[in-house]
Amino acid sequence: MAMDLITTNTSSNAASSDFTSSIDSTYKLYIFKFYDVNPATDSTNFQMEGSTGSFGVTKTTTAFSAYHYESDSGASLGYEAGHDLAQSTSPQPLSGSVGNGADECAAGELYLFNPSSTTYVKHFYSKLNLYGADNHSGNWLIAGYFNTTSAVSAVRFSMSSGNFDGTIKMYGVG
Amino acid sequence: MPLGAHKAALFGVAGVSTDTVVLLSTQTASDSASLSFTSGIDSTYGEYIFKFYDVNPATDNEEFTFQVNADGQTGFNETITSTHFWAYQLEDDSTRGMNYNVGQDQAQGTAYQQLAYQVGAGSDESLVGELHLFNPSNTTYVKHFYSKVNCSYETSYPASTNQFAAGYINTTSAIDEISFKMSSGNFDGTIKMWGVK
Repeated sequence: MAMDLITTNTSSNAASSDFTSSIDSTYKLYIFKFYDVNPATDSTNFQMEGSTGSFGVTKTTTAFSAYHYESDSGASLGYEAGHDLAQSTSPQPLSGSVGNGADECAAGELYLFNPSSTTYVKHFYSKLNLYGADNHSGNWLIAGYFNTTSAVSAVRFSMSSGNFDGTIKMYGVG
Repeated sequence: MPLGAHKAALFGVAGVSTDTVVLLSTQTASDSASLSFTSGIDSTYGEYIFKFYDVNPATDNEEFTFQVNADGQTGFNETITSTHFWAYQLEDDSTRGMNYNVGQDQAQGTAYQQLAYQVGAGSDESLVGELHLFNPSNTTYVKHFYSKVNCSYETSYPASTNQFAAGYINTTSAIDEISFKMSSGNFDGTIKMWGVK
């Protein structure tokens, strides 16, 4: 079975980008690719949430990032304690603070494994690069699981505050 | 479970092509100074993935790098801000760890971006990996990229290094050409370019 493009959502000043159909047992892996995610509000996080009928599924996750300023004033690799979750129903940040400048955006991808399983938790991981609000490059790596044995049938992407522009594509694999 | 085109996307099986993930070009270096992809990067695809196979430098302890040209430009010297980190483990188990690599990143630099640092040139040493370039034909935003490479460390310190570069090409012009080379000397290897719709 191929990597099939299932849905393309193009957001223009939207509060969220929701994928509410076609996440089922057809595929064992769903890949979401983010292009040119530009928030309306400066310094906000790009985030995601899953639904088993309603959004707000319990998650435990890890987060780490590397950053480097255009001014060369700072660069580092580290764990991001403020962006992980421990049995929380809050949305999962996929990034730190994305800039809202005219040429600033984020891009990356999220892998969601076997969301229709009713036996196991649902693992996911993401990788994203962003143009930070304070003019830095940020490479963010998030992973974790939806701690539920119910099927996850919908995924929502949004900013931590405000609207955003961008394109998100959902692919199904095997 | 057959993986089909996704297997192609993830592992680079030659000759596999679908409407979603398309193998656009394969280039093979044989004691070459560089490999460049100067056609096929356009608005057809929202993402381009470059896969590296068996990249073996002629000179030990050099870096595997890339740069791009904006539309109409030459010289492979676009402005990049980037990060680089790695994890490593020596074959003799004497040293392991992970850290940020200050010398391998760029802050508004125009140099070739390092994807792999201190690559071994031994007869059985090489690197493999991939580079994702997002929406290079966009003329509104910067162009993000990230890479993951595993490589043999310099010959005098046999080790496995897992290296991660990421950043953006800080231009709103379309990117339509890309070049790969070692920081010094020639190399052998194969690089494939895929388009993702």
